[in-house]
Amino acid sequence: MATQDISVGAQPEPIRLRAEGRRWSEAVVKTVLALCALVSVATTVGIILALVEPSIEFFQEVSIVDFFSGDRWAPLFEPASFGVQPLLVGTLVVTFWACLVALPLGLCVAIYLSEYARPRVRRILKPALEVLAGIPTVVFGFFALTFFTPLLQDIGVDVGTFNVLSAGLVMGVMLIPTVASISEDAMSAVPQELRDGAYGLGASRLQVSTRIVVPAAVSGIIASYVLAFSRAVGETMIVLIACAGIAQITLDPRDSVQTMTVFIGATGLGDVPTGSIEYKTIFAVGLTLFVITFAMNMVSIRLVRKFREIYE
Amino acid sequence: MSVARAHEGALGHGPRGAKVRGTLFYILLLVSVSVGFILLFTLVIDVVQKGVGYLDPIFFTEPTSTDPDKAGAGPAIRGTIYLMVLLLVMAVPIGVGTALYLEEYANRGRWYNRLLEVNIQNLAAVPSIVYGILGLAFLVRGIGLGRVLLAGALILTLLVLPTVIVASREAIRAVPDSIRQGAYALGATQWQVVRRQVLPAAIPGIATGSILALARAIGETAPLLLVGALTYVAVNPTLLGSFTALPVQIYQWIARPQDEFRLLAAAGIIVLLAILLTMNAFAIWLRNRYQRRW
Repeated sequence: MATQDISVGAQPEPIRLRAEGRRWSEAVVKTVLALCALVSVATTVGIILALVEPSIEFFQEVSIVDFFSGDRWAPLFEPASFGVQPLLVGTLVVTFWACLVALPLGLCVAIYLSEYARPRVRRILKPALEVLAGIPTVVFGFFALTFFTPLLQDIGVDVGTFNVLSAGLVMGVMLIPTVASISEDAMSAVPQELRDGAYGLGASRLQVSTRIVVPAAVSGIIASYVLAFSRAVGETMIVLIACAGIAQITLDPRDSVQTMTVFIGATGLGDVPTGSIEYKTIFAVGLTLFVITFAMNMVSIRLVRKFREIYE
Repeated sequence: MSVARAHEGALGHGPRGAKVRGTLFYILLLVSVSVGFILLFTLVIDVVQKGVGYLDPIFFTEPTSTDPDKAGAGPAIRGTIYLMVLLLVMAVPIGVGTALYLEEYANRGRWYNRLLEVNIQNLAAVPSIVYGILGLAFLVRGIGLGRVLLAGALILTLLVLPTVIVASREAIRAVPDSIRQGAYALGATQWQVVRRQVLPAAIPGIATGSILALARAIGETAPLLLVGALTYVAVNPTLLGSFTALPVQIYQWIARPQDEFRLLAAAGIIVLLAILLTMNAFAIWLRNRYQRRW
């Protein structure tokens, strides 16, 4: 049609490149794919709804001030007490020991992979680290409880059967690949010219690694640290198996503690009646956990985007 | 002279100390790398030593029991295999669909598409037990599905979805644009390009990523605890019947005080690790066999 108009030359119209008939099947396909994408949006909305609604009911019965300022956690006792501080402290203590292992070791692994390892070594090491990251957490929990804790006792550390130290350290090793892989991504994105410039000035490999590459990749490294921290806060099985005990405020790593995840796991697997205060407590603690990890994930995502913007 | 001093000022120290420090740093790096592998190695040896004695035919067929010598993980192993199949059927199509939408159809300039991407990144880092809470609230109690296999499979689907999406997107992105342009030039519609050119080229990458993601999901315990896999199951699991899975069974045995059950748990771990290792090896084989470099 369009070509005829032009050949007549009466009114030269621009040639239309769009298909004449709309292809409905194309629109259907796009809609179906968009619906797939909507599943993950629905998941987030679902999580928030699932957590917020019972939490509101919970906070109608327990004041929010008591919840955050109370230092006694005994929701299943009479009289019940809902101070969440023991759970928060317990979570942070385990996280501290995990980070003490994962952050420095993960960074060193990243430096090795990015600056020292030959391509062949790297090709073998990276999938091997993936294997370590793929071990189920229930297996790490078993290892912490039945191997690492007795080992600590044998070498003279006076730990109980369930203790923070063992769970934290094993969790730390588990998190090494998380830190290493994101940090290494950031280090690989540092332009080679920066390294060449430093080598040209006579810098050693150590100096290039620690004073050029690490500072240049710092946003990615921090992102990996934040993510590892968030993972440690949300980790359930290792803690449930190897250091779950009564909720208490203690900084002693030889003691057992209760974390937010342990409370949720241990309470949720029983047959708690729907609508009871114990049932709602799961969601109030779950919401606290979700808000903390959500905030950290957002920080981490921002930082990763930052190093991508700078170098890629 | 002044140049040499400036050089020392900038870089800290003279050549002699530098060499020692460099060597020490290198050793530190090697030690860091080996920590993970030492633990992995010790873990495998320890688990095999403890559990290998319980790996007999009873273990693979019988349900658990109060007598450790008669206890097995039959229903748990079958439950895990069923979960794997359900995940494959549910998570992979939705994940690949989302990846295709984001890579081939979505307009990056739109705020809702950017939000979608951040949302997926965040979901990937949400603690797995939070998914368990979601399952407990909506599936088990909310719509009254109860503590059944389907509820567990649905929750694990949502859990692995972000991983499948990320892996599929990478595979789709690796298909060069020239192939799409060529197909368009021959008059193909967008869906024809995606279906006949992009997808076939991306399938090895998608398959590899999806298998690795499924392997992660199979080992998940915490969300299954909340949707109630922690029950005694003696029969074959059905879609709407109560179920148990291997990691949950392992946890159940660990939680018992008697040492014999710890050994049974170790046997369960050997089976679980064997399944995961097979899946990993298959994924790597697939990648090496079919993946093309453009």
